[in-house]
Amino acid sequence: MNLRLRVWRQAGPGQKGQMVEYEAPDISPDMSFLEMLDVVNERLTEAGESPIAFDHDCREGICGSCSLMINGAAHGPMKGTATCQLHMRSFKDGDVIDVEPWRAKAFPVIRDLVVDRGALDRIIQAGGFISAATGGAQDANAMLVPKTAADASMDAASCIGCGACVAACPNASASLFTAAKISHLGHLPQGQPERYLRVASMVDQMELEDFGGCTLYGECQEACPKEISIDTITRMNRDFIVASATR
Amino acid sequence: MNRAIQFYRTAIGKKFVMGVTGLIGIGYVLAHMSGNLLVFSGPDAINAYAHFLKSTGKLLWIARAILLVAVILHIVAAVQLTRQNRAARPEGYANREPQVSTWASRTMRWGGVLLLIFIVLHVLHFTTGDWRPGGSYSKTDVFSNIVVSFRIWWVALFYVVSMIALGLHLYHGAWSSIRSLGVSQPSRNPLNRTIALGLAVILWLGFTLVPVAVFAGFIG
Amino acid sequence: MELKARIPAGPLEKKWDRHRFEMKLVNPANKRKYSVIVVGTGLGGGAAAATLGELGYNVKCFCFQDSPRRAHSIAAQGGINAAKNYQNDGDSIYRLFYDTIKGGDFRAREANVYRLAEISVNIIDQCVAQGVPFAREYGGLLSNRSFGGAQVSRTFYARGQTGQQLLLGAYQALERQIGLGSVKMFPRTEMLDLVVIDGKARGIVTRDLVTGKIESHVADAVVLGTGGYGNVFYLSTNAKGSNATAIWRAYKKGAAFANPCFTQIHPTCIPVSGEYQSKLTLMSESLRNDGRVWVPVKAGDKRSPDAIPETERDYYLERKYPSFGNLAPRDIASRGAKEVCDEGRGVGDGGLGVYLDFADAIKRLGDKVIRERYGNLFEMYQRITDEDPYKVPMRIYPAVHYTMGGLWVDYNLMSTIDGLHVIGEANFSDHGANRLGASALMQGLADGYFVIPNTIGDYLAGARPEKIGTDHPAFRDAEAAIDAQTKRFLSIKGKRTVDSFHRELGKIMWDYCGMARNDAGLRKALELIPKLREEFWQNVNVPGSDAELNQALEKAGRIADYLELAELMCRDALHRTESCGGHFREESQTPDGEAMRDDENFTYVAAWEYAGVENEPKLNKEPLVFENVKLSQRSYK
Ligand SMILES: Cc1cc2nc3c(=O)[nH]c(=O)nc-3n(C[C@H](O)[C@H](O)[C@H](O)COP(=O)(O)OP(=O)(O)OC[C@H]3O[C@@H](n4cnc5c(N)ncnc54)[C@H](O)[C@@H]3O)c2cc1C
Ligand code: HEM
Ligand code: HEM
Ligand code: SF4
Ligand code: F3S
Ligand code: FES
Repeated sequence: MNLRLRVWRQAGPGQKGQMVEYEAPDISPDMSFLEMLDVVNERLTEAGESPIAFDHDCREGICGSCSLMINGAAHGPMKGTATCQLHMRSFKDGDVIDVEPWRAKAFPVIRDLVVDRGALDRIIQAGGFISAATGGAQDANAMLVPKTAADASMDAASCIGCGACVAACPNASASLFTAAKISHLGHLPQGQPERYLRVASMVDQMELEDFGGCTLYGECQEACPKEISIDTITRMNRDFIVASATR
Repeated sequence: MNRAIQFYRTAIGKKFVMGVTGLIGIGYVLAHMSGNLLVFSGPDAINAYAHFLKSTGKLLWIARAILLVAVILHIVAAVQLTRQNRAARPEGYANREPQVSTWASRTMRWGGVLLLIFIVLHVLHFTTGDWRPGGSYSKTDVFSNIVVSFRIWWVALFYVVSMIALGLHLYHGAWSSIRSLGVSQPSRNPLNRTIALGLAVILWLGFTLVPVAVFAGFIG
Repeated sequence: MELKARIPAGPLEKKWDRHRFEMKLVNPANKRKYSVIVVGTGLGGGAAAATLGELGYNVKCFCFQDSPRRAHSIAAQGGINAAKNYQNDGDSIYRLFYDTIKGGDFRAREANVYRLAEISVNIIDQCVAQGVPFAREYGGLLSNRSFGGAQVSRTFYARGQTGQQLLLGAYQALERQIGLGSVKMFPRTEMLDLVVIDGKARGIVTRDLVTGKIESHVADAVVLGTGGYGNVFYLSTNAKGSNATAIWRAYKKGAAFANPCFTQIHPTCIPVSGEYQSKLTLMSESLRNDGRVWVPVKAGDKRSPDAIPETERDYYLERKYPSFGNLAPRDIASRGAKEVCDEGRGVGDGGLGVYLDFADAIKRLGDKVIRERYGNLFEMYQRITDEDPYKVPMRIYPAVHYTMGGLWVDYNLMSTIDGLHVIGEANFSDHGANRLGASALMQGLADGYFVIPNTIGDYLAGARPEKIGTDHPAFRDAEAAIDAQTKRFLSIKGKRTVDSFHRELGKIMWDYCGMARNDAGLRKALELIPKLREEFWQNVNVPGSDAELNQALEKAGRIADYLELAELMCRDALHRTESCGGHFREESQTPDGEAMRDDENFTYVAAWEYAGVENEPKLNKEPLVFENVKLSQRSYK
């Protein structure tokens, strides 16, 4: 099939960019979206133009590198699917496809479609862990974890840190990302000792990173490739309120 | 004290305030709506009710104070949150398609402004009597105040439109507030808001009936 | 060079214990005075950096992704082995050790593998303490599944995302240390050279992938946890960015490269769908617990699978290997698939595929259980192929997956360059000629959490490296060399894109150094590769500049290294005329077509020593001594 792309091109950090049009002729429906961009880039390079820069690595929907706003939807039209797992069969011949980078004050554009998501790492740094230095752990089965707790924890833990929640949120809020980690650790008995300290420091860091606040639009849950529930945000709010009342 | 300030500095803190004040608002409008519906049982009923309210004296002023503080806090938090959230995305998208967010959730801010205008005019209208679209105003005859003004098409219309704004505001607000407060229970489909819808419809209908009924001549 | 394996004396079970006692220690107050560079944030690097930070060392950590959490370990699906014997099914440290040695076709060091099995137990404890949400039984105990090459159930898992959860555990520990200031993290930074001063690894030269800045970093010891080099085949299950640059440049600075030809072809991947294919997607081996592998009995049978009656299906793994059946080790399962496809019995268009059928399992256990176990894998499959595996059998085909070869290391995981340590997939140590499923995660974490933190102290306490700065000429020279190479890439301005060279190289490797290898083919490859390399340096087109984020430039550097590494792999494959594990030489097979080892002549580790791009590398041999297991022809019948 033949497509027309409108892609955000920006030479470097802080520079001015704009949407540029490209033809993408004879694209196979079995290609992944990134393979389609590969093809476009091969042609651009051969034509002596600079290829479109975009983040990607695993191309299996797990590393969280890929990060494209496709036709106004983070990770494109397919629910529960990261850009790299999106296939061209989700589009039809003649479509015009807008491709933009994640947009947020906390995610400055580095080049074209590549943004800096370091803010998410700093949120984890602030408290997204269980302090358990190597060694000294008791036998793994010494502590029972109810299957329901393990499953709830795993649901949240499946976050791939892609930042689509931020990109999709009209407030550019990182609430879903932060809440997912808080739920992952908060559902487990191992996570209890630091539970309230964790939520307090992570939320404070989230504020420092210039993200917006959550006003319950629900867009993040829809964009999330792992379909993480906004119930995690409710949980974060509860824990943060308790933490603030008791810290 | 500065623990409270620290808390309020965060977006979650502000939303907590909006949630609480919003719920106070909901409580008030529910009561207020039921009171209003007394107009259907004739002048005496509602006038008596209004008289009873005024007779509570101190209590009434306490209630008013709470309402006033709530509305102010609600607005201040709303404005600050809106500022923070706008600032979080200085450069917008050329193309963004809302996927699941409701129109109601996206009109909270303007809807809120309309509600503010409504509340101010409304208090000037019925409580203080400084605004007299119908000409006459009586401190004791609430019933006639209502009838006189709602016979005027644009007054009735203003109320009806404002009530749509209220309905929308609560369709999102009633659902989101309990999440802001962290009290909603995990569910299969968190976006489901049937209860909020019910509440919004009841309030919208309950309030709207009065001006409509008066204008249509069923009352008075 | 001389290969000192430094295997501790004493009985197998006591070696590690005893070694830990005999090793020199760095006293806590002094640890801060030592700086360690860790390249890589995967299970190996991430765990090492975090743990070294916890111990108080002054750590600098590097990765090329935008976040340490994206290291390729994240993609591991199936699970991680540990000799916990929670299932009470006769597992033990010794059995895990034996299975791994045997699975590796007796081409790994006994002492290393035994230590791995010993440590496996602590890994699970550590990960649970960190909050890794392993699958649980209703009673709250940990749940296990079985994996290829083992008859016990010892694999721990977190849905189909085990690697992700283990890596997040290490990543969170790492972020904690970064927060505490003991580790300084450099994301989007690529190591381009190793700096060796008077025989000791003293630092690295890196390129900031955002600004293009070339920088030097000094340290008292360097740890490489940079992963495998499967991408030399272009199409593999590895992430697009996975590369051999770090270990290859170290090799060129004097680190021996061991068993480069030992690559693992994974039997269960989604078949190639077209020219544009950019990578291959693994379907976790755990699927073979419940899926049955088959092809039509008749060649060229184009009927849809459901139209083919049982009698006309060939469940070839169950037929050939009754005792292991569909759980036969990877190399065997892969060759099985290749055989039936060579016989023209392959399925799907192109005929390069076999069925992995869940119909029986769904009948037996029901939809729900299968969804529980493999839900996300099935979804992934459907997203890619547009077919519903609950209804039609999956089509799978082998793909390059893992490289057992890597930099040679001694028992302390130190390479032939003093102070240069290598962990995880980047070293050659524990998997011999074939890796069993769920054992790479185990090795990465064993190396990172438990081995390196102990052995590096021994090195530092012994070597007491003197202070130097980045103004040292060795750093200046390295920087200049890197700068020159970058400039050269950009100045060629040829006709062909970097990817087109990578694709061509991959095809050569797959055809001549893939699942089955023979003398003629390998010699052919050894002619083709240098030619291709030459054309690359004449005709590659690398757009843009070196002072910006330039992904073409990044690729160019990696492909340049692959073009050299590929040659070494073929050379190694050519010299090893036996078949063993993943290395199948057609000249050396049993009458019924199984791999046939030649223990007489090849019971050694081939450690290659660099002698210049155009010269033949020197072959050094580390003899493998088996005091505890007796070498047997591997049989899974
Ligand atoms: C799809 C897939 C599924 C798998 N499933 C399993 C499984 O179920 N069980 C199992 O045991 N094993 C599995 N494996 C194997 C296992 O995941 C890997 O062998 C293991 O994770 C490798 O970890 P590592 O730390 O050695 O390297 P990696 O995790 O690959 O990390 C490499 C690190 O080095 C960095 N790096 C590389 N080069 C440079 C450079 N030049 N400069 C700076 N940084 C650099 C990267 O940024 C990255 O951080 C799987 C592998 C794949 C591909
Ligand atoms: C007086 C003028 C008002 C303004 C300017 C206003 C503004 C807003 C805004 C902007 C929000 C969205 C907050 C956010 O999530 O970002 C909001 C939420 C809300 N409003 Fe109002 N509002 C007003 C009046 C009212 C009234 C009268 C009620 C009740 C009858 C009410 C109930 C609520 C509720 C329940 C919420 C949800 C709070 C939350 O999600 O935590 N508001 N309001
Ligand atoms: C059509 C709908 C409405 C009607 C007919 C109505 C009618 C009235 C009347 C008659 C009074 C005066 C009562 C008295 O003085 O004894 C009053 C007061 C008031 N109404 Fe309404 N009202 C309506 C909707 C609303 C709504 C939606 C709100 C809030 C969002 C609201 C808020 C108030 C307030 C704050 C007062 C002043 C109460 C006091 O302090 O005495 N009203 N209303
Ligand atoms: S919550 Fe979902 S969308 Fe947000 S970072 Fe995690 S995976 Fe991405
Ligand atoms: S979209 Fe944004 S507003 Fe909250 S629910 Fe999701 S973070
Ligand atoms: S590239 Fe890894 S998630 Fe898309």
